[in-house]
Formats: sequence, structure tokens, C-alpha cells
Amino acid sequence: MGGRMRNLWHLLLSVQPSRALVDEKFSVRVQNALPAQWLTVHALLHSEDGDDWEAFGHYVTDAGGDVNVTKDPSLGGTYVGVEPMGLLWSQRPVPGSRPGLRFTKRDVQTPTQVRLSVYQGHQSEGFMDRAVLASVMVERWYMAPGVRRVNITEGGVTGTLFLPPGPGPFPGLLDLWGGGGLVEYRSALLASHGFASLTLNYLKPVQVKNEYFEDAYRVLQQHSQVCRRRIGLVGLSSGSSMALRTIYSNVIQPRCLVCLSATHVQPVGGTIADFFYKIEENLKKSHYNEENQLIGRNVLLPMPTDTSKKVDVGRLQCPLLLVVGEDDQSWPASESADDMREMMERAGNSHLLTVLSYPRTGHLIEPPYSPHCRASKFNAPTISPNKFMILWGGEVAPHSHAQEDAWRKMLDFLRENLYCSAD
Amino acid sequence: MSWRSCFYFLRAAHKTLYTLQEQLGLLGRSGIRPSSTMAQTVTPILSVLPTRGLVDEKFKVALENLPPRFPVTLHSLHQSEDKDYWEAFGYYVSDDRGRVTVSQDASLGGTYTGAEPMGLLWSMRPVPGSRTGLRLRKMDVQSPMVVLISAYKGHVFEGFREQPPMASAVTERWYMAPGVQRIDIRERGVKGTIFIPQGPGPFPGVLDMWGGGGGLVEYRSALLASHGFVSLALDYLSPKVAVADDQSLVYFEKAFNIIQQHPQVIKDRVGICGLCLGASVTLNVAAYSESVSPRCCVCISGSHVLPAAKSLSYVINDGYKHMDKLLVDEQNRMVWRHAILPITTNPDEKLDMGRIKCPLLLVNGDDDQSKATVESAEDIAKMMRAAGNEHLLTTLNYHDAGHLIEPPYTPHFRASNFIIQHLQQKVLVLWGGKTKPHADAQEDSWQKILSFLREHLYPCPSSSIPQAKL
Repeated sequence: MGGRMRNLWHLLLSVQPSRALVDEKFSVRVQNALPAQWLTVHALLHSEDGDDWEAFGHYVTDAGGDVNVTKDPSLGGTYVGVEPMGLLWSQRPVPGSRPGLRFTKRDVQTPTQVRLSVYQGHQSEGFMDRAVLASVMVERWYMAPGVRRVNITEGGVTGTLFLPPGPGPFPGLLDLWGGGGLVEYRSALLASHGFASLTLNYLKPVQVKNEYFEDAYRVLQQHSQVCRRRIGLVGLSSGSSMALRTIYSNVIQPRCLVCLSATHVQPVGGTIADFFYKIEENLKKSHYNEENQLIGRNVLLPMPTDTSKKVDVGRLQCPLLLVVGEDDQSWPASESADDMREMMERAGNSHLLTVLSYPRTGHLIEPPYSPHCRASKFNAPTISPNKFMILWGGEVAPHSHAQEDAWRKMLDFLRENLYCSAD
Repeated sequence: MSWRSCFYFLRAAHKTLYTLQEQLGLLGRSGIRPSSTMAQTVTPILSVLPTRGLVDEKFKVALENLPPRFPVTLHSLHQSEDKDYWEAFGYYVSDDRGRVTVSQDASLGGTYTGAEPMGLLWSMRPVPGSRTGLRLRKMDVQSPMVVLISAYKGHVFEGFREQPPMASAVTERWYMAPGVQRIDIRERGVKGTIFIPQGPGPFPGVLDMWGGGGGLVEYRSALLASHGFVSLALDYLSPKVAVADDQSLVYFEKAFNIIQQHPQVIKDRVGICGLCLGASVTLNVAAYSESVSPRCCVCISGSHVLPAAKSLSYVINDGYKHMDKLLVDEQNRMVWRHAILPITTNPDEKLDMGRIKCPLLLVNGDDDQSKATVESAEDIAKMMRAAGNEHLLTTLNYHDAGHLIEPPYTPHFRASNFIIQHLQQKVLVLWGGKTKPHADAQEDSWQKILSFLREHLYPCPSSSIPQAKL
């Protein structure tokens, strides 16, 4: 009958749900193995850029021959301990990949497909050459069913608007990224949580004017499915800088601001072009570590006392959520948050401020379960060499836990300020 | 506003997009702002998780951000492939924190009552004004069933199209898990569709047969493959599929062999699953085939009262010769259960269940109006007891469930249109069952069917003898 050997081939691997939003948890179970059997659970995905990413955990089945990733500890691999979502957030490029990769999904209308597999024993390499005992495919989506994607090109504004399903109207969000063109995935996810979210392309070849953000704000306000008095701003990195600049705008009156990996240190009163010129100047002054990675944070330190060099957050009139990675190597996010708190305490509006500060967490605080990126290639045309590595910081597990916690708190904050609060 | 003109369904690449504005005859078109701004009215936050699930997965529907003690109606809407609209709804009152949690709170009325996490699906019925005798079935299993879940103010029982909901969410229900392959089978005269689970395999196999309605019904096979079984949905009644008079079981043996010989199937782990006429065929093959031996069999709403080893057309014609026992009730629905009652004592008129050599699971509803399945099951037990193979038999009887015991959370229909294939006659057939017990039976029996198939087709590493009893 070929009993014992054959039994290894009758493992059942199940993942529920098999199709989920990117921020939804899943439950991974292995059943029908032998008791106290050593197994490796492996995740593999093929990115849009053609790179392979993988994660894996080492498990031992229980007396019933089962592994439940939600409850059982991984004893080794790319993550350890009880980590229900470790197979996603601990992913890294497979050995032999190009250096400096960062995982990004550009087409949000299709899912990311991840193959989960079970291997015999505790394996750490050579997965492509080993026999797989069982595998399933799961889909991870940025867009919930019914979310609509609308290209925006009116009023000189270039962006993409994501609308939740339903009659509306919905609270609105202006979603501002850091470097790199039109990034849609966070807005798609935010719309999946009930916010009409407009992600903006403001890093065009010809620098946009200051009024660009006001134009975008108006586009959102005037949309028939957006509540004109319930609009917030969400920013990451230089997107946070843009969000903080709106303190000086008479047009942009957000109900709340969320600034991830922010600094308020920027030339006040200048144009957007001035802002990016300063960024590039700072990059030129930054130093490289032994691994030839650029560390940007020190150039902005110490915190200036000169008020023309930082946004006057004492003028803020709406709640502000700052999300800080304490190991941010690119910007001095912690020091900036401390300085902002001091300024607001002096001005008497610090009750508006909430700071979420995460140890061993870096600059790129993304939606949960996205692979952590400690350093990656960054393209700056005016700096030579053209492509260099920026150190973003953070360690895999703490950074990933921070992403999960911050996302949940950010959604709660947005709901509280945009859905629940009275007019 | 007409739902028909509004429910517009866009498909692109591997997903579906909907213009809900059009579905609900919305605002965006006219450019008019809703008169109720968020400042004055309630805008609850409606969530359905998972957003995309398998048909047999539970979901969680929740509402937040309502005022406390606020009456709401949760409503589900689906447009079938036949373009009919189906709906369900439940009445709720938010708690002190302004929340409604469907999996915990009791519905106070509507198409279902009580704490019913999945009531919005299984209690669906055609919207008022629909054609009669409808049955909801998904024929294209490569796309999901799309359900619109909405929250309305107050307790509404009609006029859902006359008022916009407070909030809506869309959920997809899939018969195929990601990575499951679907392959058309047209070989050796056999017509069907094979579904292969994702992964290296090899896998156990299942031959899957539907009932006398004919055609190629794929959804149960697609679901079985999503649970790790290579499954062949067999078309055995279509006119083009030749089931010759003198080759009684050959067609089914060929189909069984096709599964066995598939490179990703474990040869000695192939079972058979059948419903209604398909169940009868299953018993026939299990008892009389000399060339195939299923590892286990599942018979849903079936009977052993049919002449043994005869051709299918003989069996079908034989079945209709009892027309005098077929009643038509006051609503012009055919009631067929009496055709085989009382259960014959003549051994030539029924299958010899003493010849069954593998574990057998019978799944029946005691309100089956179409076939006397419960009485058949009792007779089967008697025959097997006398023959000494009763240890192979497990019977599940569901109180107040009807004939059509389908995968879970699909709506129940007490009667529906049916075409008698060889007479090409359309009738209204009474299947029986009461909605809530029937829904419970579908949910419970599916879990037990999967456990039964896993137990006998995916062996436990520590045991080598199949256990017949669940």
C-alpha cells in the first residue's frame, strides 16, 4: 500500500479566506500530517517587476498532525514566534535577486497572487528544487468589490479617485505619497473602508504650483459623492510635508490630518519647486554608511529654532495624527514629532495632536502585511550617481507590527473624525 | 427607477466592477446632490468580511456608527444569470453603541428571524413581480455570484427600490478557489467538466452526478476541487450524450476511469457523489459494476428502487410508468414522492444493497416531496442488515428539509420549474422543505459530506482501515 511514504502526500493545506483584501488577516492550516512532523510553510509571489519574493516558517505538527499558523509558533525562517501573517510581511526577494528592491503593486484592479506551499522538514533555501507536499493560491486585493476607480484629469489635476460602493456621499481623503509618481494602492484600500480617496500625482517633470493641492481639494469637494465638509489629508514622507503646508492655505480646511514619517522642517512660504530643490540639496549633503546606503536624517538635525525653516504647527486647527518610526534613517521623524509637540504646547493646541511612535520601525510605513523595505534604490536625476540606495530603516518584525497597528489606528482616527463627529 | 436598467455588470480581466450608482438609480447621473447631507442624517459604516469568499464560507456583516437603538433593515440583492432578482432582508435594532452585528444579533423579522449569520443568503427569494417557479443556480462557475448588501433606515418590507439605502457593500461568492483549474472533458464519448485543485497533487477523485434535470451542472464539483478533490461533473442526460440502451453502466465506468487515470489522481482513492437520479446511478455502479470500485459513495436524496443494471433510458421511462401515482397539488405542483411507495418487496425491482462493498453516506430530507428517500433509506438499512454489510452505512436525515440539498447558503426553493427531458414537458415540481430547516440541513450536510470524503479518500496517517461511521 506504500503506507507511510504515501501519507506525506495527503497533507491538506487550507487558507481562509483564499481571496482577501490586503489588510485582511487569513488563517493558514496544515492538516492530516503525521504527529510531531517537521514542516516548512512557504509563501511565494511574483511581482509586477518580475522579481520573486518569498517567506517561510518552520513548524512542528501537533499530536493530531496539524499546524495552525495563527496559533502555533514558527521555530525559524523569515519570521519566528506566533505570527498569523508572517508569511506575508516577512517576504523578501529570493536569493540572487537584484539589490534594493521595493515591493509595489501598481495595477490595483488585479490581485497579488501568493502561492503558499508546504515542504517536508525545516528548509531555508532551494525551494524551487524541492518537492512540494501541498500548495494553494491566494489572492490579495487592494480594491474591495464594488469600489470604483476614476481617472481624474480636471482642473489641471492628475490623479485617481477611488469611490466606495454605495449611495454615498462619503467623506473624502486627499492621499499624498512621497516620491514616485501616481501611487494608487493606499487610496484603493481606503476606499474599500468607506472613504472617497483621491491620490495625487504632484511630482511631475514640471513642478506644480502651490495652488495644485488647492485645486485637487476643490475637485474632491465638488464631487457629487463626497461630503464637502468632511475631507481629510493623508500623507507619507514628502506627502506629509505637503499636507503640513496646507496649514497656510485658506482653501484647504481639512477635518483632520494623518502624517506618516513626517517632518515639519521645510522652507516656509516657498514654492513646491523650492521644497524639492531643498530636498535634493539635503541629499547631496547626506552621508553614506559602510554599505553605501544614504542616510538622510542627519542633515535636518538639529531641529531649527528659526521659524522660517519649519511649518508653524501652532496654527493647526484640526486633529493631527503623526505616525513615527523611531528607526527612520531617512528623515528625523521622532525629533520632528517632539518639536511639533513643543510648538503646539506653546501655542495651546496640543490637544489636537496624537503621536504614534514605534520602536525599530523605519520610514516606509505602508499598509499592513506589505513586505518591509529597509533600503532601496532611489532615482534622483539631478544627483549622480543616478540611482543610489537610500536607507529607510526599521527591522522586519517590529516594523511589520507597527504597520498593522498604525493602519488600524489610522482607520479609527479617520472614522472618528470624518464619519462620527458632529458637524 | 428600474433595477433592470440599473443593475449593470462590468467584467474586466479577472475581476468585476459595478456601477452601483446606476444600480441604485443614483445621484451621479442627475448631478443632483443628495438632499440628506451627512450632517443631518446617519451614515453608518457597513462591512462584509471576507469581501470575497467561497460559497461555503461564512461571512460577517456588521454596521457601525448608527445612533443607539436605531431600527435598520439589512438587505441583500443578487441578479441571477437568468436576469432575475433575488433578495433577502432582516430587521435589526442597533445596540447602545450604535452597532449591529449580524452574526450575533437576532433579526426581528424579514425573510429570516433570529441570530442567523448567513440568513441574508439562504433566505433569498425572487423579488415581488418575478416570474414563477424560479431556481437559483450558477452555471458559469468561473465568475463569482455578486451580492449587494445594503442598510436601510427603519424596518422595510417592500419598496427597496424607492428609497436609497444608507450604505451598501458588495461581496463576491465564488465556487472556485484561486488556482483551481477547469477542463472540458470530451473523450471516449464521455461529456463532462473536470476541476483540479491547486497544488502538486496527487489528489483523491470524485465522480459527481446531478439529477434528472439533466445538463452539465458544475458548481458542486468546482467546490469539491476547492477542497482538494479532483472532481468530474458528468453530463449523462443530454440528448447528444449517447447512453446506449444495452450498455447500462459502461458510460459511468468510462467516466470513473477517466478520473482514475488522470495523472494527478490517486487511483485507489476515487469516490462517487450523486443527487437524486445521480444518487441512484451511484448505487447502481457501486453495487453492480464489475470494473470499477468506488472507495466511498455519497447519495443525496436518492433511492435504490430502480431496476438493476438497466440502461438509464429504461430506468427513466420505468420511473414515469407510475404516473398514476403522481399527484398534482392544489397549486398545480407535481408531487412525485408516492411513485415508489410503498417500497417494493420484489427484489427484482430494486438494487441489491447487500452488494455494496464500500462506505456509503445517505443524505435525506424528511419533507422530500419528490422522492420517498427516507423510506428508501430505511429499506436500504434493512437490506444491508440482512446481508451483513450495514457497518458501511451512515444515514443523515434532516427534519423539514426537502429534496434539493445543495451546497450551503444557497437559497431554498420549495417548488420550481422542471423540464421532463424525454417528454420535453415543463412542469412545476414540489421539492419540499421549509426554508430555515432546509438551510440548516445544507450547511450541516455539506460539512459532513466533506468530512466523510476526507476520511475515506484522504487517509489519516495513523489508520489504514477506513471507518464507515462518521
